[in-house]
Order: sequence, then structure tokens, then C-alpha cells
Amino acid sequence: MNIQFRESSEAASPLAVKAAIADCDIHPARATRAELYPYLAKRWQHHLEVYGVHAYQGMMEGPPYPKAQPNASRRDAYPPEGGPQGSSLSFMQKQLLDPNNVQLGVLNPLNTGQGIRNHELSAALCSAINDWQIDKWTSKDKRLKASIVVGNEDGLSAAAEIRERAGDKNFVQVLLLSRNVEPLGQRRYWPIYQAAEEAGLPVGVHAFGFGGNPITPSGWPSYYIEEMVGHSQCQQSALASLVLEGVFERFPKLKMVMIEAGFGWAPSLAWRLDKVWQRLRSEVPHVKRPPSEYIREQVWWTTQPMEDPERREDLFDVIKWIGWDRLLFATDYPHWDYDEPSRVLPAGVNDDDREAFYLGNAKKLYGIA
Amino acid sequence: MARHVIAAVDEFPPGTRKFLEIDGRPIAIFNIKGEYFGLMNRCPHQGAALCEGPLIGLAQSKDPGEIEYTKLGEIIRCPWHGWEFDIRTGQSYCDPRRFRVKAYPAHVEPGASVVKGPYVAETIAVKVESDYVVVEL
Ligand code: FES
Repeated sequence: MNIQFRESSEAASPLAVKAAIADCDIHPARATRAELYPYLAKRWQHHLEVYGVHAYQGMMEGPPYPKAQPNASRRDAYPPEGGPQGSSLSFMQKQLLDPNNVQLGVLNPLNTGQGIRNHELSAALCSAINDWQIDKWTSKDKRLKASIVVGNEDGLSAAAEIRERAGDKNFVQVLLLSRNVEPLGQRRYWPIYQAAEEAGLPVGVHAFGFGGNPITPSGWPSYYIEEMVGHSQCQQSALASLVLEGVFERFPKLKMVMIEAGFGWAPSLAWRLDKVWQRLRSEVPHVKRPPSEYIREQVWWTTQPMEDPERREDLFDVIKWIGWDRLLFATDYPHWDYDEPSRVLPAGVNDDDREAFYLGNAKKLYGIA
Repeated sequence: MARHVIAAVDEFPPGTRKFLEIDGRPIAIFNIKGEYFGLMNRCPHQGAALCEGPLIGLAQSKDPGEIEYTKLGEIIRCPWHGWEFDIRTGQSYCDPRRFRVKAYPAHVEPGASVVKGPYVAETIAVKVESDYVVVEL
């Protein structure tokens, strides 16, 4: 028999067994808002019912426009039992973790409690999401590790949440977003960095956020494609702020992970910062070394959406500047701009670098044996 | 070029698609308003099951502010990164010279000719009085 009929193409032929990988940006979703209620005090359940959520930014719960695919996610990622993409552990195992031999998966929940104007509600929601990550995900699949979501605009309550979770093996990093009320280097966020440094946890800065500022420095753009590229501009401002406000100087053991905003821009940002710093050093005397040094020592980068220049040599040049030991492979599952592990890295990479890129760097950074 | 019988026309109404595997190749056949088209069900970009994407039209613009929307229902949009392909030809729109997806001709044949062959149809029972969708590859 040479023809096989199928209900859908979902049961595609099994992929060849591949070397184990880490996936450093996975987005778990909640099937319903009520899924969080078991972890929220009655006071906050009632608050949500009566007052709702007020973000710094409008339209937080519904996207301002559909994002390229439904829920900004792969169309083939709807779980068979219903619910939004990313809401089913068993389907995530079947579609992502098992076929790609994912040994370490780092969860970065979005639409959490970050960027909410009521800081107590923000802290309560973030804490609930963290409990939910353990209950629904990390305790059920040992490959998965969670990011501690914190009420980012209130550094003190954020630091308290980090201290409460410190040492809990379910968590491997603290999660911030790139678009906040103020640039990320500013003092209001320092308690977060202090607590993370004490806990030995890297701080991930994921593209996006609800700080109320437009994604581009020149205002609100017309098109989604501008928002997509705006993420890297936004991340660049965040990183410049971290360097220039002296965060890396003040917290020398702090490790930052730039998530989902590309890395091709890293060298040019560092070159520019170094050049201007030579001339304006006295304005920021707390920045004691050339900015590029802090960046190369204290920053890691997730790969998705992977840079894809026409000449692969250009990609390798950029990576060489950043360091093959600094990249963390990520798929961004279940989002639509997902990177397929077997297809992102061009040929011509030696075995050690390849292993570091797909797995070794992540295991080392996140302390996974 | 072998020809394969896919389905009886009655079981393949307009607006539907069928997924199959022929000799290890994942293929999808579409019925668009009574016309049939076959495409390789693997995106040349990163390998998604291309044919699970939505069928849309082709947006083109000669000048900013002027938009023409044609080929309604004839463009398939990949369920992952949204690359667009013409289901009639497999041509891509983001980079037509470098990327295309293989298109397989599909059409209807009367049962009488299907029974005679040279067709392969082990998986469905064929009756002379019906019409069948046939794909070539
Ligand atoms: S896999 Fe189809 S567009 Fe990327």
C-alpha cells in the first residue's frame, strides 16, 4: 500500500533522533483565567471580578491587532482537547519536547501580572503564576524549569518574590520584559537585580511588555512588522540603560539573558557605546570600564528569532564577537515565529560549538547538571 | 509519472482538503470550487506542515495606499512563519526565484478509466459509475 490517508497532517513522520537540546524560550498558556484562582487569595479573585486589571498600557488582554497567526501562535499548535496554543502539557510533550529531544525547557509565561498599575494586584498575580508553573508544568515534567515572574514595577515586592523562590529547583531565572515604565537600568528595578544576584539566578529580559511606552522610540507604528523589529530597538535601550546606569558595575555577578529580540545588533551597539563612552565618560564615572566589557561578561542571548543573513559568514562573524559560549537555543514555542531546531543553524559549525549552542551553554548558565 | 486515485468526487466537496502520504511523501490535495490542486505538505522554509495553513488571497500594491487583493482562496499561508505560496503552481511570494513548493497536478477521472489504470488505488474501492480525484507524481 503506497497511499496513507490522514485526518490531518499532524501525525507527520517521526523526526530522526537528534542530539538533546535545551529550549530556552517556551511560552506556557492558561486555558482560562480561572486556572489561576486556586493560587489567588479570595481578596484578589474578587478584585479581578469587580475591578479587572488596569495596565499601564491599553489592550493588554486582547492584542491590539491579531499577531500574524491566531494568538500569535503556530496554527498547528492548538491542543486536541481545546484551549489556546501552549495550554496543554501533554500536547507540548508530543509536539515539542519529545520529537526534538528537549532535555531542558525554560518556561517564560507572558500575560502575567507584569506592567499592572495596582502593584499589590501585580505581585499577587505574579506569585499565583509562579505557583501555577510548578503545579501545572515543572512538577509534572522534570525537563521543564520555570522563570520567576515578578511584579516588575515595584522593585521591593519583586525582590521579595525572588527571595521566596530562591533555592527552589523548579525555578532557573527571573523574568522581566523589555518594555517597562522606565528603562531597565533605573533604580526602581535595582532590588530585583540585587535579589537575583544573591539567589544566583540570571535575569531574563523577554521582548514585549506593558509599560505603556510605544515599542519604537519614534512613537506608535502602523504595522505589526514594525513592532516585530521594534523589539530589538527596545532591547537595545534596555541594555544601554543597564550598562550606563551602572547595574553591571553595582552587581558584578548578575547575569542577564536577552530573550527574543535577536543578537545581530549586539556588536554594533557595543561599539557605539564604547566610542561614545570614551568621550563622555565623565558623565557616567560609575561606568568604570568600556561598556562592551560588561556586555561580553554579563550578557547571554537566546537565539530565536535566529538571525538569518544571506551569507552565513556574516552570521558567524557576529557570533564570533558575541561568543559561541553566549548563545542559548530557543524555539519560542508555540509562537508563530518558532525556530525549528534542525533547520536554524547553517552548516560549518564545529561539534563543540554546536553542542554549546544547542545545550551546553544553557545547562551551564541555568545550573542544570 | 504514476497516477494515484485519491477519493471519489462525492467524498471530496469544495472547500475541503485531504492529507495523504504517497511513497513516503506528505501531500495535500485541495478542492477549490470544484478544481483540484496537489501540493507537497512540507514548507521549504523550516519544514512545517504547510498545507494546514489558511487559504487567503494575494495582497499586492503598486503604490503605497493602493492595495489589490486577488486570487482569493488560491494562496496558502504557512502555519508557522506565514510564507505565502500559490497553490496552482507552488510559487512562493517572498522569494519566487529561490523558494517554491512542489505542486502535483490533480484532476477528476471517470471511474471507467480509473478501473483500467495505470492507476494505483489500493486504499479505496473504485466503482466504474463514479468519478474520482486523481493525482500525478
Ligand atoms: S516553515 Fe513555513 S514559513 Fe517557515
